[in-house]
Amino acid sequence: MEAYHPAPRLPRMQKFLTRFLQYFVLGIVVVIIFVPLVILIFGSLKTTGEMYSHPYAIPNPPHWENLKAILSQPTFWRLMRNSVVLMLATTGGVVFVCGLAAFVFARLNFRGKGLVFNLFTVGLMFPINVAILPVYFVLRQMNEMGVPLLDSLVGVILVQIAFNISGNILILRGFFTAIPAELQDASYIDGCNNFDFFWRILLPLARPALGAVAALTMIVSWNDLLVPLVVLNSDELWTLPLGTMQFQGQWGQDLALVSAFVALSSIPTIIFYLFAERQIISGLTAGAVKG
Amino acid sequence: MQKTPFVADIYSQRRISGSPRRFQDGLLIALFLLPALILFLLFVIYPIFRSIYFSMFDWNGLGPAVDFVGLQNFKDILSDQVFLKAVWNVLLIVVFSVGLQLPLALGLAVMVGRGLPGRGLFRTIFFMPYVLAEVNVAIMWMLLFNPDPDRGLLNAIAVALSGEPIGWLGNPSLVLFSIFIALTWKYFGFHMLLYLAGLQNIPLEIEEAARIDGANSFQNFFYITLPLLGSTIRTSVYLSVLGSIQQFILVWIMTKGGPINASETLATYMYRFGFIRFQLGYGSAVAIYMFILCLIFSLVYQRLTRQPDYLTGL
Repeated sequence: MEAYHPAPRLPRMQKFLTRFLQYFVLGIVVVIIFVPLVILIFGSLKTTGEMYSHPYAIPNPPHWENLKAILSQPTFWRLMRNSVVLMLATTGGVVFVCGLAAFVFARLNFRGKGLVFNLFTVGLMFPINVAILPVYFVLRQMNEMGVPLLDSLVGVILVQIAFNISGNILILRGFFTAIPAELQDASYIDGCNNFDFFWRILLPLARPALGAVAALTMIVSWNDLLVPLVVLNSDELWTLPLGTMQFQGQWGQDLALVSAFVALSSIPTIIFYLFAERQIISGLTAGAVKG
Repeated sequence: MQKTPFVADIYSQRRISGSPRRFQDGLLIALFLLPALILFLLFVIYPIFRSIYFSMFDWNGLGPAVDFVGLQNFKDILSDQVFLKAVWNVLLIVVFSVGLQLPLALGLAVMVGRGLPGRGLFRTIFFMPYVLAEVNVAIMWMLLFNPDPDRGLLNAIAVALSGEPIGWLGNPSLVLFSIFIALTWKYFGFHMLLYLAGLQNIPLEIEEAARIDGANSFQNFFYITLPLLGSTIRTSVYLSVLGSIQQFILVWIMTKGGPINASETLATYMYRFGFIRFQLGYGSAVAIYMFILCLIFSLVYQRLTRQPDYLTGL
């Protein structure tokens, strides 16, 4: 990209000043981004007493007691396990359900296609935060009909999948449409039917797209607090965000301990983000720019 | 543009009447759409109608809903000062977001631009808060906003500067702005990401040509970059407004809508009536109002912004 830049007509000094100013402003923003995180990490390495005497000083020497105490309790690991189960199930479900539907919308024709597609886009207008009470009614109704979805991870999984359908169908449809039609033609000439084309040609080619959708859904599901909060009662089923909220409610006065818990529960997300940044970003921008 | 007939099209036209092939295709379409359709109808569409039904009852969730009150809930809501406060707060968050947060994101995106060395690193850092759970972000900011200057960093700074601690989350006239700071910290990176992607789609040649024609960077930004970013900005504003309407977790954890309803949003209002006080009929009516708000906004916005797309000519 740089190569296309013709020599700028700005004098040297001015160019240098512009650059300096750019980095200066961006540097300030970087500091603002990091302050809350650094304060949190500092807090997690202090004793409760230190938190009161030197709340924002560097923890010197670091105290690992709070972190160890949390990690040595089964609670934290149970929260992690529930969150992992939830995340994997929701992600698998979203990729499966949306992959199939997006293939139909991108590649096949049938009467009423536009109508059905528009129905799905309606979902974009109703985020889960708005719909949570109505959704609760339906879960409750199904409970009364003998399908136990309240206080069950299955209920959370189904709701999470349902509310991620619209956006992800849109994203995947965009990716699937971009695959050249000639490939589809060639596959038909070679005797493939629609399913063969989907399974043997489109899916392998669309792996980056599926990765993007999966990474995005993993983040959404992992961070979701509202659906678990409303659906789950028993603490054996609680997820990490739900546990974090309860922990804060219970130990809110002990700032060091709360910092330690929040720091620990942020670590998996940050590590995942650093590994899957490209997938997450490509999913988000594809969804928003094309949608 | 004339569309070349692909074999796929001919393939699908060839079988007009019910051959086995056609039946097979229909079956495949049905099977592929069914899982998405069932989940979507059951958990997204059906609940809307279910809550329209319940919104006409005075119902505390115990036993069946029998106390039919018609549209009374809808009337009561409109005369509740707290609800009006919540609507007002949502409007304020929308105005703050569109007026401050998005320009900030846009400015930073333009600054990082397309070629700044370290662009990728800045993007990684600025976008990081977006992937953190809202609970965690809320608690992190509660630590910073702690009213005691011996515990909260921001008040330590305030005391050092002016000698007075600030009631970030305790002062009713300040609380919404404090929450907005946390919201901006978490969400500006997302909008910046969209703008960066949009900038990537603008051919450099256009700006170069303008510069050769004598446009300065100010003119370049307002007459070239901004109009060409039109569709990205429209998307970003849309998502920002919808996000503001449904703002919940951050507010709920930090203030529960308080003090004295000063930071109440529509979603916290609905949650309070639906899940804390268990006035399910009333809560449903609030949900319906929110649905209508989202729907009207979406339709009006799409109508208003349907302008010729600048990029299609390129």
